[in-house]
Amino acid sequence: MRPLDPRVPSGPIELKWDKHRFEMKLVNPANKRKYTVLMVGSGLAGASAAATLSELGYNVKCFFFHDSPRRAHSIAAQGGINAAKNYRNDGDSIYRLFYDTVKGGDFRSREANVYRLAQTSVEIIDQCVAQGVPFAREYGGLLANRSFGGAQVSRTFYARGQTGQQLLLGAYQQLEKEVARGGVTVYPRTEMLDLIVVDGQARGIVTRDMVTGKISSHLGDAVVLGTGGYGNVFYLSTNAKGCNATAIWRAHKRGAAFANPCFTQIHPTCIPVSGEYQSKLTLMSESLRNDGRVWVPKKQGDKRRPDQIPEGERDYFLERKYPSFGNLAPRDIASRAAKEACDQGLGVGERGLGVYLDFGDAIKRLGDQTIRERYGNLFEMYQRITDENPFEAPMRIYPAVHYTMGGLWVDYNLMSTIPGLHVIGEANFSDHGANRLGASALMQGLADGYFVLPATIGDYLASSKPDRLDTSHPDVRRVEADVSDQTRKLLSIKGKRTVDSFHRELGKLMWDYCGMARNAAGLQTALRLIPELRAEFWRDVNVPGSDAELNQALEKAGRVADFLELGELMCVDALHREESCGGHFREEYQTEDGEALRNDDLFAYVAAWEYTGPGQPEHLHREPLAFEHVALAQRSYK
Amino acid sequence: MNLRLRIWRQAGPGSPGRMVEYEARDISPDMSFLEMLDVVNERLMERGEVPIAFDHDCREGICGSCSLMINGVAHGPQRGTATCQLHMRNYRDGDTITVEPWRARAFPILKDLVVDRGAFDRIIQAGGFISSATGNAQDANITLIPKETIDTAMDAAQCIGCGACVAACPNGSASLFTASKVSHLGLVPQGQPERYRRALRMVAQMDIEHFGGCTLYGECQEACPKLISIDTITRMNRDFLKATLSEGRGAVAKPD
Repeated sequence: MRPLDPRVPSGPIELKWDKHRFEMKLVNPANKRKYTVLMVGSGLAGASAAATLSELGYNVKCFFFHDSPRRAHSIAAQGGINAAKNYRNDGDSIYRLFYDTVKGGDFRSREANVYRLAQTSVEIIDQCVAQGVPFAREYGGLLANRSFGGAQVSRTFYARGQTGQQLLLGAYQQLEKEVARGGVTVYPRTEMLDLIVVDGQARGIVTRDMVTGKISSHLGDAVVLGTGGYGNVFYLSTNAKGCNATAIWRAHKRGAAFANPCFTQIHPTCIPVSGEYQSKLTLMSESLRNDGRVWVPKKQGDKRRPDQIPEGERDYFLERKYPSFGNLAPRDIASRAAKEACDQGLGVGERGLGVYLDFGDAIKRLGDQTIRERYGNLFEMYQRITDENPFEAPMRIYPAVHYTMGGLWVDYNLMSTIPGLHVIGEANFSDHGANRLGASALMQGLADGYFVLPATIGDYLASSKPDRLDTSHPDVRRVEADVSDQTRKLLSIKGKRTVDSFHRELGKLMWDYCGMARNAAGLQTALRLIPELRAEFWRDVNVPGSDAELNQALEKAGRVADFLELGELMCVDALHREESCGGHFREEYQTEDGEALRNDDLFAYVAAWEYTGPGQPEHLHREPLAFEHVALAQRSYK
Repeated sequence: MNLRLRIWRQAGPGSPGRMVEYEARDISPDMSFLEMLDVVNERLMERGEVPIAFDHDCREGICGSCSLMINGVAHGPQRGTATCQLHMRNYRDGDTITVEPWRARAFPILKDLVVDRGAFDRIIQAGGFISSATGNAQDANITLIPKETIDTAMDAAQCIGCGACVAACPNGSASLFTASKVSHLGLVPQGQPERYRRALRMVAQMDIEHFGGCTLYGECQEACPKLISIDTITRMNRDFLKATLSEGRGAVAKPD
């Protein structure tokens, strides 16, 4: 692998992006149509990038495993999108959004990238409004805002509790506009199963048509992955059932470094698990913490109904521990505090794995109607799932895996360690450090897709001169053969255990040993158990059906095979990082009052792992992080 | 509880299908409908049988992947609820439940309960967008939009594209789906320049895709998991009519 070069432009941070945009090579309009970009994924990042690249004149092929691009999991984001518009006149600025994001990420992100993200945030809102995205408005007709965790300003734009839906539909409509114009060709129900690298450059992908089972190769001049995060390695997460790491993992095995795999975000406000059959966890938007108060009974094992527990016997632990941010403490902190309360036997609900999120005071203060307007659809969703009405009894919530800050390593141009392979959105590692702030995922996905990648990819295309290539090339054939072999192998084992049973077992291992709190002994246990489980999978999995048909068990099997490898790397990474930061909490490294204790002397770097072959330990590369603008300090939300 | 399921099985797009009976034993009332099907599938696979294929993804009622006609009702009996958020507490021990795919000419069956809804994407391609290339936008607060307008637009924009409206309609019409997009974009100021052209083209595409005509039965709004109202269809019809009458097909009529 080439040495890591983040290629951050020189100059003052405020001017880096402008300067870089000027210095990058351009592709002239007549030449753009000679280039083909393969876009994998159609979520916020993928759809916005595909549409914008096509508007610029490139040929785009867009691949996604859903039946329509509109179903990508970005659709489920509820709360909102941050932007440094300062429409509220409450002291916000690009610099403050940058500062909050670096601090919120516990100083493990690249300053220059985060600054660019904050700059771009402003344009995103303009772009989305121009597309007709129905953001909430005030009576005067201006855009409304709400607050989110980790910030003391109101900078979050929203469309009820369906912001992700409206932003994705905006990008999807632009994408369909370009499909109609002929700039984008879409490949629905098509899954990327491998990356084709020829002469060191990413030149194509191998896909499986999920209806017919046909394996095909697609070639182009650059490949872009916008395939989302890998939270489903935990089996239970707030991710959609189909979310998977296959595209990024197989690219990793072809040479793309994987950065900070252990940085996973546990979201504090999800509906608790109700039984063994549970197939996924449902998030309740962080925006609820604007008006909901989090508490547990002060007495252990208090089985009284919440309304029978008097005020004096309740512990509003976030307000007590973090008076200045209160219920809006960042996600990692709020999650850990809830876990701590439950570990002390103060948890509520049948299994004791829950805390209350209480709207009683807000309803008294603002009235039913206002609360219904703000959170109506979330309250209904909660009631549908739990059969309890949050207007009458407080919600019960518990943390759940939600987002992965880690991902494929990318430089300032969003290019991975394989030239030509670009990675955008949650699939890359770039902007959130060790913890992502609420309402920043939508911002990053759209920043990458609408504004950053369309500018930077031209620089790559203009400076690389790939030879013409067709699918008969031996390197292409070899990758195709690898994919067909794996499919055949999965179908031929015919063992006794279902794919899901392996996935659940892996998920439990990951949650127990590489979840909200980790320690060396536990991680070592996981590193012993995961390879055993993987061996058992390849010996005893049962995948029914054939490869030449729509076969959902086969799709899952391939994804779980990859999770079984990725899970191990996450534990390796978590074990090597002997500090606590953001979502990575190592029990051995904490302050006296239980906060994450970073070790900036030894670990102020991005850990980028290089795949070295089956069964071989991965090789660690370090990208040092320098903090020139936001002074390294212990995060305080007190 | 124990249930008897009658489920449509079909091996592939051209193959004949049939209803097959399954026992679903020890089902918890707290399971979602899809979790119940997961359990049935796990048991089928443990016996080496091919599991029942069905579309699903977010399981939060927003991606629009899940479908299912349950006892003849799109998304089952709970109003305003997609199949993934329907819970088994809506059923009683001993119930027989019939599960079928969406049935519409424009939604061919791919396998078992999975259908092809690509026609919806093509309706959007026909005009369900605002032509605003990235980089052209003015400041978002320059154009004021009254709260009531944006709220009405949002009511329509909530459509999840699941296809329940088509499945519920005796005519197999896609009018509620199309009208929700025509309404959303036709209400906001940014959508005005293309408003009439959009209505004309999207309606024309519905016909090309072999969706039936709308006779305002209203079954669609009953089935809609987002409770989108057929008022949107009135709005679409008005825009369509205006566009056709004023300057003929394909021309751009003037806004109100």
